[in-house]
Amino acid sequence: MKRFLGFVKKEFLHIFRDYRTLFILFGIPTAEILIFGFAISMDIKDAGIAVLDLSKDEVTQKLTNKIISSGFFKKTEDLLYYNDIDKAFKKGKTKAVIIFEKDFGKNLFSEGKSSLSIIADGSEPNTATLITNYTTAIVNDFTRELSGPALNKSVLIKPEVRMFYNPNLKSYFMFVPGVITMILILICALMTSVTITREKEFGTMEVLLVSPLKPVQIILGKVMPYFILSFVNVLVILGLSWLVFGLPVKGSIVLLLAESMLYILMSLTLGILISTVSKNMQQAIFISLIGLMLPTILLSGFIFPIENMPKVYDYVSMIMPPRYFITIIKNIMIKGTGLMYIWKETLVLIAMTLFFTGLSVRKFKIRLE
Amino acid sequence: MKDTVISVHNLVKKFGSFVANDSLNFEVYSGEIFGFLGANGAGKTTAIRILSGLSKPTSGEVNVAGYDAYRQPEQIKMNIGYMCQKFSLYEDLTVKENIILYGGIYGMSKSLIKERLAELLAKLRFQEYENRMISDLPLGLRQKLAFSVAVLHDPKIVFLDEPTGGVDPITRRQFWEMIYETAERGITVFVTTHYMDEAEYCDRISIMNEGKIVALDTPGNLKKQYNAESVEEVFIKIARPVKN
Repeated sequence: MKRFLGFVKKEFLHIFRDYRTLFILFGIPTAEILIFGFAISMDIKDAGIAVLDLSKDEVTQKLTNKIISSGFFKKTEDLLYYNDIDKAFKKGKTKAVIIFEKDFGKNLFSEGKSSLSIIADGSEPNTATLITNYTTAIVNDFTRELSGPALNKSVLIKPEVRMFYNPNLKSYFMFVPGVITMILILICALMTSVTITREKEFGTMEVLLVSPLKPVQIILGKVMPYFILSFVNVLVILGLSWLVFGLPVKGSIVLLLAESMLYILMSLTLGILISTVSKNMQQAIFISLIGLMLPTILLSGFIFPIENMPKVYDYVSMIMPPRYFITIIKNIMIKGTGLMYIWKETLVLIAMTLFFTGLSVRKFKIRLE
Repeated sequence: MKDTVISVHNLVKKFGSFVANDSLNFEVYSGEIFGFLGANGAGKTTAIRILSGLSKPTSGEVNVAGYDAYRQPEQIKMNIGYMCQKFSLYEDLTVKENIILYGGIYGMSKSLIKERLAELLAKLRFQEYENRMISDLPLGLRQKLAFSVAVLHDPKIVFLDEPTGGVDPITRRQFWEMIYETAERGITVFVTTHYMDEAEYCDRISIMNEGKIVALDTPGNLKKQYNAESVEEVFIKIARPVKN
């Protein structure tokens, strides 16, 4: 045991001596949380909007003011002609143009209807969709106010939409669990595979294997510091997203931490497996980065919902560990569910851990033969 | 009568159908410097890996430091030291930290490690390097330090797998002086090398070719037997017999 502890201490020394390792361990997660949380926002705020008002009456004024004062939009300019629309988009600040037809107000009161066009900049599809949805909602709201209960003879079904679990539809509710999922598998798998292949490459692994340390102790000793540091990382990320974004953990924090440990363990065994199949550090880095990062981002449901993918991708994503953890962590953090609802995913992660461990042990033995 | 520390009878190691070691038979005596020569691919590394417990023999009897290679690999590991071709110290740790690490791995007590560390630094005259990173040391010093670390725990046998690769002649000379001192302390030295002049320094040498030991004797006897001026000539006559 004393031998083992000395060995673990040495691994910590490696980590703390190498500022690059430290940066990857703690700098990147912090940066990613902030970047994903702030920059890649799916919410609209102050989107540029131009108005082409061919009517210029009281109603169009009111409606324009309502749209601008909603907080989602900011008026960039008033247009006079249809020809100006293209120019406005090309200047770049305007994301959508609202066009009121001629005699908008007059038509509305005499005929009971009038039309308004929303032209959005389709080169940014996500923003365009969001903007049109938001404006439509505001316009609908305005119509209702204008008509009032007295005028409203036909029965109107007015849906009242509420978002459960994330009432304001904040994007970081989605990104924080995603970032934790991605960071953990990346760091654990990358770091362990690199640290083990480094010993192989430098020849120190041979010396260790000749020593009285058992292979199990060597691997455990190499992996243990990363287990501890990754766990600290989870705490840092959770703390950071609570402080900066006010993201709460609705469910049991103990369960969340326990599941995180399981996921870290799974990622570490995956890292060990990668180290047994790669000949040098470059290969280990390559496999960990390309093999894990892209699939995690694309196929785990982190950004793109798996339900909307073609069936084939759905099957492919079933072998991606992040898919299960992301479900678990979202359930616990945002919905506040207990183990009852996520036991299946938990079992899959346990099975994967065992599978990777078994495979690594076999590979390791073959190498020793 | 000399004590035998390594005895090998009919050792065979196969990788699939390839025979890397073909019935090796030899004994190594306590306190001697045993040179293990052979061309690349002759099976030296395979044999040294088996003797040091890194790999299991396919068949045959192997006894190292009084322990059986099949049943007591752990005891063997406690009693041997090992230094491989590649450099074996951690570059991002200091001299002191490396020594504490290896001492700890071999279960040495803290006071013993301290004592040995002071001894070692005095002997190699590098007290001022105690807290320097290995990566700051010149290659020759590192190599000597690696050797000192390999015998830190007073093993019965130390295996050196091409320890002087890539080292300048002066450092090589100093390195061999350290090997002599170690042998005088009663530690058996089992060394593989490419340099034939180094083979002359060994008490006995064995020459391997295509998985078999084709010669085993003192350098003097071998030279006589093959009517050669140097071990190099002996080696060339054995390893590359004139064809046709």
